[in-house]
Amino acid sequence: MKILKLSIIIFIIFSFNQLMADNEDLKNKITKNLRCLVCQGQSIYDSDSEFANSLKIMVDKKIKEGLSEKQILSYFEDKYGEWILYDPLFNKNTYFLWLLPLLIFLIGGAIIFKKLIKKHK
Amino acid sequence: MKNKFLPFSLIFVFIIIFVIFYKGMKDKNIYIPEAKINKKIPLFSAELFHSNKIVNSSEIFDSKKFYLLNIWSSWCVPCREEHSLLMILAKDKNIDVIGLNYKDTKINATTFLDNLGNPYENIIFDKDGTKAIEWGAFGVPESFLIYNNKVIKKYIGPLNQKIITEIKKNVK
Repeated sequence: MKILKLSIIIFIIFSFNQLMADNEDLKNKITKNLRCLVCQGQSIYDSDSEFANSLKIMVDKKIKEGLSEKQILSYFEDKYGEWILYDPLFNKNTYFLWLLPLLIFLIGGAIIFKKLIKKHK
Repeated sequence: MKNKFLPFSLIFVFIIIFVIFYKGMKDKNIYIPEAKINKKIPLFSAELFHSNKIVNSSEIFDSKKFYLLNIWSSWCVPCREEHSLLMILAKDKNIDVIGLNYKDTKINATTFLDNLGNPYENIIFDKDGTKAIEWGAFGVPESFLIYNNKVIKKYIGPLNQKIITEIKKNVK
């Protein structure tokens, strides 16, 4: 019985640790995708400025409130504009940005394909 | 044919690259978040500086009045410069100046106000900077002109005489 109790306690402690680690991972993932507006060129994760530190606290708070990554990012986007996100959203301003690599890839593929066919003949 | 084409295209490519970089040099790459006008002010609860009471933001801002929310700190040099202008504005009966004390200690902030005067009707105490984030601010000083629970205008950086005149004209 004692062993059972002990193992349950150990299990709870470990699962708690797991939960904290998950939160930490999520926090890192979110802060890496947020641009520091004071020290531009750095992410919130990298920066140690006053602004970045406050933002980290805020991200922590939002995670604890149970918000998802998407909700947290859109919260900051609402406050500061899309520039704060490193990962640009897919909308009508960024169609070109997102689709250009795909387009270049297809054109390049077509050129290679054409050349290969020519060689074969 | 082929021999002539290559140097020409090379020169062409270099010219394009040169123009892009040359123009890029003159670009200001500092981004300032666009001020969203007529945005509702955020709802939050915060500690008041003097009374240590926790209040809701709705208790501070009355919808029938003009407010200037000024984010300041005792360690911020531009705040010191704009403070005399805030003192002038505080005398205007049509507008209330609300302070948001950003990442400061109470001792330093109190000394600051004792030395330079206190223009603020109310001061929100923001020790960890999270309240400023609710407002969409990213530094000190920043000021928001508020009416009817909406942000009418946002001023990033220290206020100057021109802005004060503009505010006074707005609130008349």
